Amino acid sequence: MRIKHLAVAGAVAVAVAGAAIVGIAAVPAPALADDPSPAPAVNTAGTSFLTAVPITANQPVQVGAVTGDYLYWQFSAEAGQRPDITTKVTLPADGRTGAESWIIEVFDGLRRRQACVAGEQSPIAAKDAADVTLGCRIRQVRSWAEPQDGDPLPGTYYVRLSSTKLPEKDLGLPLKVSLTLTTPDGDLDADQGELAKPLVPNNQPGTVLTTPAPSASADPDSEESGFSLDWLPDFSGRWFWTAGGGILAALTGLFGFSLTRRRRRT
Amino acid sequence: MIHKSLSIVVATGLIGAATLLGAAPALADETENSEPPNVELVLDVSGSMKAADIDGETRIAVAKRAFGKVVDALPENTQLGIRVLGATYPGKNKKVACQDTQQIVPVGPVNAVQAKNAIATLKPTGYTPIGLALKKAAEDLGDTGSIRRIVLITDGEDTCTPPDPCEVARELAAQGTHLVVDTLGLTPDEKTRKQLVCISTATGGTYAAAKSEEELTDRVQQLVDRAATPPPVQPATVTGTADCANAPLLAPGVYTDREKISEHRYYRVAVPSDQELRASVSIALDRPVNPDYGVLLKASTTGGRELVRGVDAGSGRADVLSAGLRWSADEQKADAKASAEAADDDEAAEKAEDASTEVCLIVSNSFAATTAATAPGMPVELSIDLVDASHTPDAPGLGRGFLFLLVVAVAGLIAGILAGWITRYWVATWREN
Repeated sequence: MRIKHLAVAGAVAVAVAGAAIVGIAAVPAPALADDPSPAPAVNTAGTSFLTAVPITANQPVQVGAVTGDYLYWQFSAEAGQRPDITTKVTLPADGRTGAESWIIEVFDGLRRRQACVAGEQSPIAAKDAADVTLGCRIRQVRSWAEPQDGDPLPGTYYVRLSSTKLPEKDLGLPLKVSLTLTTPDGDLDADQGELAKPLVPNNQPGTVLTTPAPSASADPDSEESGFSLDWLPDFSGRWFWTAGGGILAALTGLFGFSLTRRRRRT
Repeated sequence: MIHKSLSIVVATGLIGAATLLGAAPALADETENSEPPNVELVLDVSGSMKAADIDGETRIAVAKRAFGKVVDALPENTQLGIRVLGATYPGKNKKVACQDTQQIVPVGPVNAVQAKNAIATLKPTGYTPIGLALKKAAEDLGDTGSIRRIVLITDGEDTCTPPDPCEVARELAAQGTHLVVDTLGLTPDEKTRKQLVCISTATGGTYAAAKSEEELTDRVQQLVDRAATPPPVQPATVTGTADCANAPLLAPGVYTDREKISEHRYYRVAVPSDQELRASVSIALDRPVNPDYGVLLKASTTGGRELVRGVDAGSGRADVLSAGLRWSADEQKADAKASAEAADDDEAAEKAEDASTEVCLIVSNSFAATTAATAPGMPVELSIDLVDASHTPDAPGLGRGFLFLLVVAVAGLIAGILAGWITRYWVATWREN
């Protein structure tokens, strides 16, 4: 009996230690982004979805471009993050003849448009404006969504900066763009479910088939191994809530039990 | 007991590893295509380049210096060629003048000295046969399968139309040979600007104006740098059909096609029952279109029943319009297959296997433009992927929040009180007996 108790205590201790390690290990990934020595500045931009230039959170982006360019970047986001993009476009100093409408758009890995929930997404720069600031924060990235849903999911995201309406005469004038991406964490425990594979585009040349390819999914090693941990939820705050609830229930149980004892007459 | 504790540790360890590994997805597998694209600079050396209006110098002098700087700073693996137009024939015979274009540096690894010498000897002379120069430049670059980029630098519009250089560019792009033309106008007037914008739009390139040497050098440098980083994939050419039965059957990958305005193109994908189909389509606006437009990507059964659609619409200037969709077979079907397999019911399992559904993808658009109906269709980029299906999550196994704590605590309290009463009752009856 005593030994068993010890073993349980040991197991709990080890599990707690393990959880603590996981907690510590899980933290650095986003924390790295806040590192005071950010990745080297990016000074290019892509011109299409395929050539979008990868950027990371808090990495400075400074690009020279011309009026009328379509500038593409891509970044990857994980479940629980709330990607936020801010851009400042320094407009051409002279030669402008009218107002310009600018827009910043965010697309997911399937090139589906993502709604901006905050930020000035499509401002209009007046004729004499020296610069224009754009921003877009997308909804929190979910860990899972119905296939028919358009919720943001883990994977690649594309950013496109362009002007939608401008005087034809102003095309081709040089301008400067600076952009910053931040990915603050949202509510991490809110989601259930997991996306089998992040929405990352499969960039390989296609092949036209003559007959349906044999189903590659029928791999033989998918047999039940008998030891599976799939049922165990991922580490999250819910573990603490539940464990705390158990302790609380035990205490209130003891208290309830004690209420029914007859008071000892002293 | 120890086993159990070990398994917990292993479990937490695995979760930790998963979170760590999950931290850096994406991006990694996108830099494999190593073959650098071929670039050809096409320089206008027509008579108008004599004009001395860039910082008090002639346009040609500025262009020469800019070229020199760019050649000096070329990335190592660039395959670069240089072609000139209007450089040799000073006469007035339009027929001859409009054939005046030569390649002065063949496409290949660049010998900086040789290239600069070739540029130095140029003298502004003749007409501006842009259309022909583009055609020849496309030939110079050959069709190696990799992206081909032309950088066209000119100060005036084509003086040899027809053919309209913009039409030429659209035809070249439509030949399915991955040609992009970036244009640079030297102090351009309105006509030149319109023509260059049209050429670059038709091929998915960019247009820029340069009014000083610095602007010119920066932009040419930027274009060459951009050309030196190839896109991650060379899309395969495919031709969609007008109905589902004859549609091409596609494997996962990236494809290009051309679609006319208001045309529907069908493709087929075989989706195994435990896999998820991910498709996205982008249609490039390679011509001026009416301000409001849309694109629709629809997945349907071979019978025509709609499964899911991806749609996007826009208005104003845009380079591409994209839509995407995800679809996986009914989970019940997948579950039926799994249970049939578990029960070793081969026949049923096979039946479920056959349920690998053939899905039709239909790409359509609602553009409107004034270009000729015979013009080639708009460029379509279609990417298809098949991945493991994601399953609907179970209800949460763990609780969260103060309401949860309250419920658990009250349940504990009630259980405690009940336990107390039962114990008291039991003790009382036991004492009596």
